[in-house]
Order: sequence, then structure tokens, then C-alpha cells
Amino acid sequence: MQLAVWTYEGPPHVGAMRVATAMEKLHYVLHAPQGDTYADLLFTMIERRNKRPPVTYTTFEARDLGKDTAQIFQDAAREAVSRFNPQAIIVGASCTAELIQDDPAGLAEAMGLPVPAIPLELPSYQRKENWGAAETFYQIVRNLADKSLVREPREGRAARANILGPTALGFRHRDDLVEIRKILDQLGVEVNLVAPLGATPQDIAKIGAADFNIVLYPEIADEAARWLERTFAQPAVRTVPIGVGATRSFIADVAELAGADPTPALGDTSSRMPWWSRSVDSTYLTGKRVFIFGDATHAAAAARIAREELGFEVCGLGCYNREFAREIRAAAKECGVEPLITDDHLAVEDAIAAACPELVLGTQMERHIAKRLGLPCAVISAPVHVQDFPARHSPQMGFEGANVIFDTWVHPLVMGLEEHLLTMFREDFEFADEHGPSHLAAHSPRKSAPEPVPFVSSEVETPMPPPTALSTSFETNRGVESLVWTAEAERELKKIPFFVRGKARRNTENFAALEGRSAIDLETLYDAKAHYAR
Amino acid sequence: MSALDVLDGCASELAGTTAPAARDGGRPVLRERGQREVFCGLTGIIWLHRKMQDAFFLVVGSRTCAHLLQSAAGVMIFAEPRFATAIMEERDLAGMVDAQDELDRVVNRLLERRPDIRTLFLVGSCPSEVIKLDLAKAAQRLGAVHMPRVRILNYSGSGIETTFTQGEDACLAALVPVMPALPADAAKELLIVGSLPDIVEDQLLRLLAQMGIDKVGVLPARNARDLPSVGPNTRYLLAQPFLGETAMALEGRGAQRLDALFPFGAEGTTSWLRAAATEFGVDEALFEQVVGPGRERARLALSKLRTQLEGKRISFLPDSQLEVPLARFLQDELGMELVEVGTPYLHRSHLARELERFGPEVRLSEGQHVERQLDRVRADRPDITVCGLGLANPLEAEGFTTKWAIELVFSPIHGFEQAADLAELFARPLRRRDMLEV
Repeated sequence: MQLAVWTYEGPPHVGAMRVATAMEKLHYVLHAPQGDTYADLLFTMIERRNKRPPVTYTTFEARDLGKDTAQIFQDAAREAVSRFNPQAIIVGASCTAELIQDDPAGLAEAMGLPVPAIPLELPSYQRKENWGAAETFYQIVRNLADKSLVREPREGRAARANILGPTALGFRHRDDLVEIRKILDQLGVEVNLVAPLGATPQDIAKIGAADFNIVLYPEIADEAARWLERTFAQPAVRTVPIGVGATRSFIADVAELAGADPTPALGDTSSRMPWWSRSVDSTYLTGKRVFIFGDATHAAAAARIAREELGFEVCGLGCYNREFAREIRAAAKECGVEPLITDDHLAVEDAIAAACPELVLGTQMERHIAKRLGLPCAVISAPVHVQDFPARHSPQMGFEGANVIFDTWVHPLVMGLEEHLLTMFREDFEFADEHGPSHLAAHSPRKSAPEPVPFVSSEVETPMPPPTALSTSFETNRGVESLVWTAEAERELKKIPFFVRGKARRNTENFAALEGRSAIDLETLYDAKAHYAR
Repeated sequence: MSALDVLDGCASELAGTTAPAARDGGRPVLRERGQREVFCGLTGIIWLHRKMQDAFFLVVGSRTCAHLLQSAAGVMIFAEPRFATAIMEERDLAGMVDAQDELDRVVNRLLERRPDIRTLFLVGSCPSEVIKLDLAKAAQRLGAVHMPRVRILNYSGSGIETTFTQGEDACLAALVPVMPALPADAAKELLIVGSLPDIVEDQLLRLLAQMGIDKVGVLPARNARDLPSVGPNTRYLLAQPFLGETAMALEGRGAQRLDALFPFGAEGTTSWLRAAATEFGVDEALFEQVVGPGRERARLALSKLRTQLEGKRISFLPDSQLEVPLARFLQDELGMELVEVGTPYLHRSHLARELERFGPEVRLSEGQHVERQLDRVRADRPDITVCGLGLANPLEAEGFTTKWAIELVFSPIHGFEQAADLAELFARPLRRRDMLEV
């Protein structure tokens, strides 16, 4: 058993729902108990979809167990097919139904439904959401692709590509797709099919007609792309075009497979990011320590942008999806940091605290960790909350994506600088301390709000430390508690900007404890600063 | 279309899966089975852990359970909540490790890390119920080790057994056996049952105290270890309509229920307070003196909202069991017209006084076949539909105005001072619909 408060990924059947919801005229019959319908609201609320996900749940109850759950499944499947009239259905079990062993695949087959029923085996107690999405998409492609299809000869026609990977509940998938289509237009490449997003089962049948595949999100599409490679000899573009450099590589890769001239696409002038990054206003970004965590694809892409396009120093890099750990290990090696492969948010919180970054790039969870630690933060990866399914066009991919990324990442830092100035002038009468920050009030501690001294007594707000950190934190805390700050040192500490003040306080106290000093005066404060100077 | 036509139609058409419309005291109830678009009882943890500040809720379940809790808890998940999930893995199921040993390990680790926990609930889920992991035994074994510092109890919040608010019922029912005994010769005491926001609880306790009823216990108490006493001289008032099991457990210990409307609106709250006043022999003049000002304030505040809601037709989809008393309030005090009142479970005796108020044209349904129920909504075209978040936006997109039901469980809505807030929850979506010009 694993103790968890928060999970980066849902169970695998939620991944299957993301694929089903992305598609048209496909229905998912899910053998699941009452209550599993909670997942619908991820789509209707977080992604703000205007339709219910195309999922029929069997919603069996305790009194049904042991007698007619199989019958309930068949009734639900029959009703779903006659009501929604899909071109195909996918059938599977959620975690509880997996335990009662009704075998949805066999049951659906025995029914002789008028449409193909694609069975899904999603082991809920071993795998997670992304795996579920990849497996579902792979099964759909494998079952529905017309294998007898012979590609037309290339002469005298434009190259054709499939765009694979965008799903429902994908981080910026909607807008990424717009950018990718723009690039393909410039290269004169036709889109044979986008899948799963917007595709029908009948569209999937024609997947073999394309000359090559574009794997936009490897977490979802790689499995299917590898099968297509074997079955239809379709090569795949695996460069993920997030960032200016990666977009250029992507254009070159697509152009090569399409036999097209990359120049017009590379000459696209809509990319403002390189100039923004070179302008002198950005000089202070140099060497900013940034901690990056997310799904492997977005984290690795972010690391490249951070180092090569914004001049940051990557001080931590990790991902929560073990399936793609190799990519993160390689990227971490380039950055000279230890990769962090974990789905335990407490381990991530520890790593962030230890790395002392000046900017955190992560998921919704890292946003909250950063808030707790008083650090600037931007979101680069799912899981995300409703505000990261924006109404405005906000891609991550392509040149416009790079513009969006520049603004998104730099914004919290600019604000940080603003706060610094505000705090420097705190003694001026216009800037009374209690006015607090001018933006995102929650992002920084209010006036003398308790700095992140570990283990203040308030149990409600204190982060839960992982067990390993517990003993040591208690030790240091006991040492630190007896330390007294002189009034003069305390005043000096307040002159340090709020967003590094916590770190300065902690470092100073640790240093004093290390040195066995009982009081912290000005001397100790600056001795500690020298000790920790980098 | 009359209600009876609909009932007859459903009963004949769906003979296989739907029980024929049952008649109770002359009122037909449409009973349906099929896909239910509802939360499971685990969701109760989200508000219960805020109420009982010394308690921790450990769900023994799957990744789905953890995912549900974080989806339902929204941002609250990050404020160091007092709940977590022990996620069962392949090796727990394959018998490679003893699930009970694993549970001991997780609980010991948790209690080491959180020395502030005084009561720990082991909460059963669908997976743990299906593999018959004996959490009662685990609670007993672990309790023996950790008492007196930590009391360990268990209940099931699984979807196969409980719907949404029934999780609270199961939790409170688990507390009843450990409530101290009220001696048989003790004076009569009042017990309020059902978790209420602190502000509402304080208001109601203040009113009761002003009437001279000051020996009042509340279940759940703000600390799960400060449980009120119970015995044959306990008279209890249900503050929530979803507490069937808890009521049975209390009756088992000799307590007697006071029958009343549920405390929604001016009338409901008056009826609820009057039940206590009558039982405890409060003088009518004193009752009027204490209750009068609040009731008048509520009536005045409601009269302003009545103009917006009067004559509007409303349908409830099943969610929390609050549907019946809320529908009564909207009908009697705001003049709304009830089209269909759906509830996941209908407790006949607890709701008898509420149901008396419904006219014969009100269609009452229990259970759910969500597709057919949505067909009825489309045919009825109510002015406002109360439903869950999985259905709200899709219905809005079809041109229906909706009120999402979960808010009714999280907001302070009981008592005189909240009556207008409660009405406003229904008036706001209608007002918004009229305001928007895009």
C-alpha cells in the first residue's frame, strides 16, 4: 500500500476516457461502481466541455455483486449502442470491476453488437492515466486501421501526415494543434488525420494513407506510432516542437520526411521570443536557478528552453511518469543535475526546498509547493486546474508557443523584481509593510507572516514532511528554536527582499546552529551569507 | 404531460429494469435503476474532516479513490488536509503481502508523522469491500495498540454501498457505539444530529439556550473525542435528511427522534425548533419571543427573492437526499413549482412531514437512470435544473439553466439567518441567464 494525499495521475480508465472524449462517434462502456462518474466533471468543469463525455457506466451496487453484474454490463452496452449510435465502442473495467472478473471483452463479444467492440485491458493496480490513454489509443488504432490500405505513390501529390496524440484534458492540446497545422501548411504537407482529438472510428480506418506520423505527445501516441511504423512502414517525427530551437528541429525533420523546403517555415517571423530574450531587460534572467518538474515531455522541453533560450540555470529536473524516465535522465545529464523520477509530491517538495530555486516550473502541485515556499512559479505540464484551460489562444508548441512561454515564465519573475523594489522602499511612507504585494497576494507571505520555519505548531497549514525528513527536521528545529535573533540582526533581515528572506533566515539559523552560536547578531548574519555564497 | 402519464409510461416500458411505480400513502414514486450520475460516500470526508478537527480519514482503496478525493476537494487538498488514501497495489491483491500487515505499516507511519491525530477513521471503498478486507478487525487491532492516544474506527464510504452524503451517515453511525452512556435517571437531553457549519450550529444552539434548553449535544462534535452522551433520555433532532443509519444506531441506544420539518427556511426552522420546544415544555410565549425575530428576518429577506423565483419551475436530479426538504422550502416559501424531485434514496418516515406538503402533480423519483431522467428534463423544460457538475455544463449548452447541487452541501443553508442565502443560490443562475447578452 502506498500512502497518498495527491496523485499526479488518475487511474488508467481515466486515460481511456480522455481518448474516448477526444474522439467523435466512439462510445466507452465502462464496467464501474456507482461513484466513478466523478471523472465526468474533469471534462465538463476543468476542460469546460459542453457535452457529457461519451461514457456509459454500469454503476453496479453491492446488492448486484455475485449475481447479475455481467447482465448489467450487457444491458448497459446494448442501451448505449442503441441510444448513441456510435461507429465503434470500447469496453473495459475500472479498478473495482477488475476485481469482480466479469470480463467485459468476452461479454461484449458474445452480444453480437452491430458495431466493433474494442476490449481494453487496463491494469488499475499497476498502471496509471497516461499509460491508459496510450494503451487505449493503440488498441483503437490496431483494431480499426484498415490494414489492406495501400498508400498512393508519392509522385505528383503533396506529402500526407497524421498528427497523433492530442486528447481531451490535455495541457494546451487544442492550441498546440493550431500551431502544428500552421507549420504543416507552410511546408505544404497535408494532414491525413488528427487523432484521437476530433477523429471518428471511420477516420481511424484511413490512418495508413499517410506517408508519416507526427508524434506530438509521446506519452499518448508513441505506442500507436510504433505499431504504425511496423504495419504501414510510416516513419515518425518524434521531435516535440516546444521552444524555438525544438520548433526549428521539428520543421527540419518534417521537411526532410516530406521532401519539402523548410526555408519558408523557418523564416516565420512570428517568433518574438529570441529578441525578447536578447533585449537588455532580460539580462537579469541570466543564471536564475530554475527547478523543473512535470510529465517527461514537457519537463525535458522546458529544460532545453530554460538553458538555451532564456539563460537560466537548471537546478533540478524531474518527471512523475516512470515510463519516460529515460528521456528525463538524458536531459538531466545535460543539465548536470540528478534526475528526480517520482510520483510522490512530498519528495518533489523536499527536492525543491533543497535546491533553493528562484523559479519553479511544474504542474498544479508545484504551483502550490512554490506558494508554500514563497517562490515564483509557472505551470508547464498536466495535471492542471481550470485556469490552465484558458479561453485565449495559448499554445506551448511552435513559434507562438515560444512567445507564450516567454511571457508565462518571466511574468512571475518580473513581479518578483517589482516586489523587491517595493520592499526596498518599504520605509517610505507610501509603502507600508501591511500593504502586501501588488499582485497574486497568495504568492508571498504577508508582512511578518511566519517565514517557512519548519514545524510551526499550526497543524492545518504545515506541510507534511516525508518520514525520512522527519527526524532530521526535528533535530534542526530543536537546535534552531533556542537561537535568539538580536533586534539589530532582525532589522537587517527585514531589509532583504521577501522572496529570499526565508532562505536567508533558514541558512543563517542553520549556520549558527552548525557553529554552535547561541545568538544571531549582525556578524552571524553576514558570516552565514559568506558561508553560503555561491 | 401529467405526472401519472409519465409514471405509467415508464413502468410499462421499462418493466425489465424498473420496479413499477410504487404507491406510498397514496403518493406514487418512480423508482429507477440504471446509470447513476452521483458521488460515492467517500466525498463526505471533504466536509467531515473540516468539522472534526482532531480526526483523520484514511481511505483504503485504489488510485481512483485518491483521484476522486483530490478532484472533489479542489484546492483544499493542498492545505495539509486530514485525509489520505492508502492505495492498494498489485502485491496487496495478489496476496504477496498480507494486506492487514500493510495497513498496520501505513497506519503506524501515519500516526508517527501526525501526532495531533486523536481519532482515525479507516474508510472502506469499493475495492476494499469487494476483496473483503476486514477493516473492522483492523480498526480493533490497531485501536488496541494506539488507545488511549488514538481511537480507531471504521466505516464504508464505497460507491457500491453509499451515495454522496450517506458517507456522513456511515461515519456518524460508527461514532454512536462509542458515545458515552447517559444514565437512565439523567434529565432529558437534546441531541442535534448532522454536521452543520460552525456558524449555523452556534445560531441554533443560541436559540435553544434562549428557550432554556441548554443541555444540548451535537453529533459530530467539533472534536471527535468529545462525543455527547446518549441514552433513553436522549431526544434527538435530525439536522440533515440523510442520516437513516445514524438514527437507527441512536434508537438502538434508546434515543428518541423528534419529528419535524428540516430546518430550511423560516417555516422549516420554526418547525424544527418547535419540536424541541414542545418536547422540553417551553412556554409558547417564550418560544414566540425567542423565535419571532429570526423568523421575521428570514421572511423579510425571502420576500425580496420571492419576486425572482415565484412561478418558476424546478427539477431536481438525485444527489444528496437534501432534494425533498429543499423542494418543500422552494415551493412553500418562494412559490416555485416543482416538476420532478429526484433523490438517491427516500427515507419515508424521516421525510413524511416534508412529503405531505407536495401536491399530487409533483413527480417524485428515487434512484436514477440518468439517460431517461435527462429525457424527462428535456421534455419538461424546467426553468432551473438542480444537478451535479458532470451534467450542469452539458445541460447549459442545451439551453437549460442549472444550479450545481454540491454547493448546497458545502454552503451554510440551514436556519433563519441563512434562509435568503439558500434562496439566492437558486435565484442567481436565473438572474445571470437574464443578464448575459452574449
